[in-house]
Amino acid sequence: MQTPPAIELIGIDKRFGAVHANKDVNLSVAQGSIHGIIGENGAGKSTLMSILFGFYAADKGEIRVKGEPVRIKSSTDAIGLGIGMVHQHFMLVEPFTVLENVILGAEGSAMIGPALSKARSELTRLAHDYELDVDPDAVVGELPVGLQQRVEILKALFKGADILILDEPTGVLTPDEADHLFRILGQLRDEGKTVILITHKLREIMAITDRVTVMRRGEVVANYETKKTSVEELAEAMVGRRVLLRVDKGPSRPGEMVLDVRDVSWRDRKGVLRVDSVSLQVRKGEIVGIAGVSGNGQSELLDLIAGITTPSAGEIVFENSVYGPDCTPRVLRGEGLAHVPEDRQHRGLITAFDASESAILGWHWSEALGESFHLDREKVINRCKEEMEEFDVRPPDPLLKSAKFSGGNQQKLIIAREIKSNPDLLIVGQPTRGVDIGAIEFIHRRIIALRDAGKAILLVSVELDEIRSLSDRIIVMFAGKVMGERPGDADERDIGLLMAGVTKEAA
Amino acid sequence: MGARGELPPWVDVALIPALNLVLALLATSVVFLFIGENPLSALGIMLDGALGSPRGMSFMFYYATNFIFTGLCVAVAFHAGLFNIGGEGQAYFAGLGAAMVGLGLDFLPWPLLIPLSILAAALFGAAWGFVPGYLQAKRGSHIVITTIMFNFIATSLMAYLINYWFRPVGKMAVESRAIGSFDLANGDLTGAYIPSFFEIFLGAFGIRISSSPLNLTVLLAFAAAWAIWYFLWRTKIGYEIRATGLNADAAVYAGIKPDRIIMIAMAVSGGLAGLVAVNEILGTQHRLLLEYVQGAGFVGIAVALMGRNHPAGIVLAALLFGLLYQGGTSLSLAKSHINRDMVVVIQGLIILFMGALEQAFRPWLAAYFFKAEE
Repeated sequence: MQTPPAIELIGIDKRFGAVHANKDVNLSVAQGSIHGIIGENGAGKSTLMSILFGFYAADKGEIRVKGEPVRIKSSTDAIGLGIGMVHQHFMLVEPFTVLENVILGAEGSAMIGPALSKARSELTRLAHDYELDVDPDAVVGELPVGLQQRVEILKALFKGADILILDEPTGVLTPDEADHLFRILGQLRDEGKTVILITHKLREIMAITDRVTVMRRGEVVANYETKKTSVEELAEAMVGRRVLLRVDKGPSRPGEMVLDVRDVSWRDRKGVLRVDSVSLQVRKGEIVGIAGVSGNGQSELLDLIAGITTPSAGEIVFENSVYGPDCTPRVLRGEGLAHVPEDRQHRGLITAFDASESAILGWHWSEALGESFHLDREKVINRCKEEMEEFDVRPPDPLLKSAKFSGGNQQKLIIAREIKSNPDLLIVGQPTRGVDIGAIEFIHRRIIALRDAGKAILLVSVELDEIRSLSDRIIVMFAGKVMGERPGDADERDIGLLMAGVTKEAA
Repeated sequence: MGARGELPPWVDVALIPALNLVLALLATSVVFLFIGENPLSALGIMLDGALGSPRGMSFMFYYATNFIFTGLCVAVAFHAGLFNIGGEGQAYFAGLGAAMVGLGLDFLPWPLLIPLSILAAALFGAAWGFVPGYLQAKRGSHIVITTIMFNFIATSLMAYLINYWFRPVGKMAVESRAIGSFDLANGDLTGAYIPSFFEIFLGAFGIRISSSPLNLTVLLAFAAAWAIWYFLWRTKIGYEIRATGLNADAAVYAGIKPDRIIMIAMAVSGGLAGLVAVNEILGTQHRLLLEYVQGAGFVGIAVALMGRNHPAGIVLAALLFGLLYQGGTSLSLAKSHINRDMVVVIQGLIILFMGALEQAFRPWLAAYFFKAEE
């Protein structure tokens, strides 16, 4: 008799308001296998796993665990069914020891003594079986990330998990640590455990999985046996081929240099190198696109150029002057830098402000809006009215709360604000994320018009189509580094591979 | 498509406070019944005590003056995303500034001395708010904790200073010598003495109105409410404060420095609380004495919550709390078995329902309204 699949998801559907996060997803994971789920950020991978682990309830669909239909209402239910999850952001109590963390949620009784001694012997066994050595008495907060992750895995195994979900497990690991993790996962599989690996890194999929499911825009678009597929095929399925919204665009006439990023690096607070010796130039009259899968240092690079964060190493030159310690976003705006942020809801505008107030965010010190400290309400509203008219923001009501506009109209409001400041350099992050088709075209045309007016534009987008239709030059980033530069009409597959961290030489 | 959890403005501004008030009165009624008192007659006494006579009303406005200042104090900090519960200490410490200038520079003519004393009160209050603001901005010390601690520090420090610095030699009462004076016979004013309306009418015009501590500071309170509205909604700094409070990430993107905003907002907030000292020390007591703030700083939290952190709402809420204070006093005078402590219980219940449980009805109302929409 054939063993039933460890996990079967049938017709899972989930909406968050207007966002259709999972569309009729079907997935089957065989017992004793490593199953990869790959897709870009926002493709619905994490939502799907959260449904499986009981964080969200699906609107529709059925879950079967080892052939049995189940209802998973909470993570407790999931753990009871033998499902364990290792989150991207660890769920550990840092001042506790490894042992204390492992029994968390499985204390057994009011006295934790018995659970602790049981856990200690169990940890010794697991360490022996799976190369999962961790000092049980070490304080978790003092362990390096790789070991903290091991504690997460131990936690799941201790609670009896035989289906283990790992969400982007290598995002925080060094290559060495990642290799060790893969060895552990391999051993778990050989012991009959089932592993689901969520990632957007193609090479990991190729290195360790047995089967792979590709998701895009909430849907499963492909299923492959890993042996029978290739990085190219996965990249294509992941990035997707859809009708190109080709924008009419003449050849660029690059002029003098506006932005010169020289060997810039940046470490986050945990000391992880997020931007790694990046160098790039942007000239007047050209659009430079930065392609890359989300989370590979593009956002951090934008923040560095916008003056929101300061490089750990290297220097940035804007209009022939080097960024100094007092180079704040306000100073830079004064010198002609405009910035459309990647995250419109959290940064681009203030949803509780009315549209006219959001439409001056960052430019509110302008003398045109009132002398010195005064903010002239009438001028603010009039400016917003003009921008709404010119950029076709609907409804054209400056007093309406920013939150009440659709995503596309919010974005038009932001683009209007930044472009109307008549910048020398515009840096744009994800200009059309979550924006309807009509607005996408409009925004693209405005960006190209700005280029044709002789301005420099640096564009970051995870949409490869967008990068290719707008950019005159394309720079690909992966793991904080520049992987290479290609002309604007470069082959999609070629860029896709660079985005996956595969250089020609290595592939 | 309305954003989720968004209620029509009239529900937020009028219906919810009204419902909370009704609930507070119901809870109070239970307390009255418990002590064998008719709730309706007790309520009648309270309303009559505050609104039934010019004297009651002027007491109501006198209390409201303090509550407007402390309500604005909480609101300014709140707009910057901060919970300043140190209004009490800021108001208390401000008395030091008012008294130091009022007593130390008493050779100056009053047209100069009174503005200087007011300024000193505001500056001392601002300093007492700025320090926790600085600690929050630069050291990450939580503002709630530090402002609570600063209340205690102010209490002890002021007790020490009043006893050892301000108390004239040989005087038993722990208080300073008199700050300025007002001659009721001819209306002569000397020193940092802000006269009450009673004194002005009698001294300057020879008209006797009912006596109360209501003084010219009440005009300052209304002016402050307008000024804070202007500051928050019509200046660029005010814009930055609101932006920081609503979305610190967006503020950083816009080139606003949250550190700076936190310090500015806390200084303005403390300065407003400091104006309580103007009403109490310069306008009512005319000497520096112990514990004159009497909880006004904490009432300010309820006032700000109820007034939706908008100056207009705060003025209305402050008047309501002024009514409660004055009505409560009348009640304790009218009924022998309702003592001052019982009045505090009633006020506490009202603060609880208007302030702490202010959002209690919201989910229920939201559910109702969304069902109606569908």
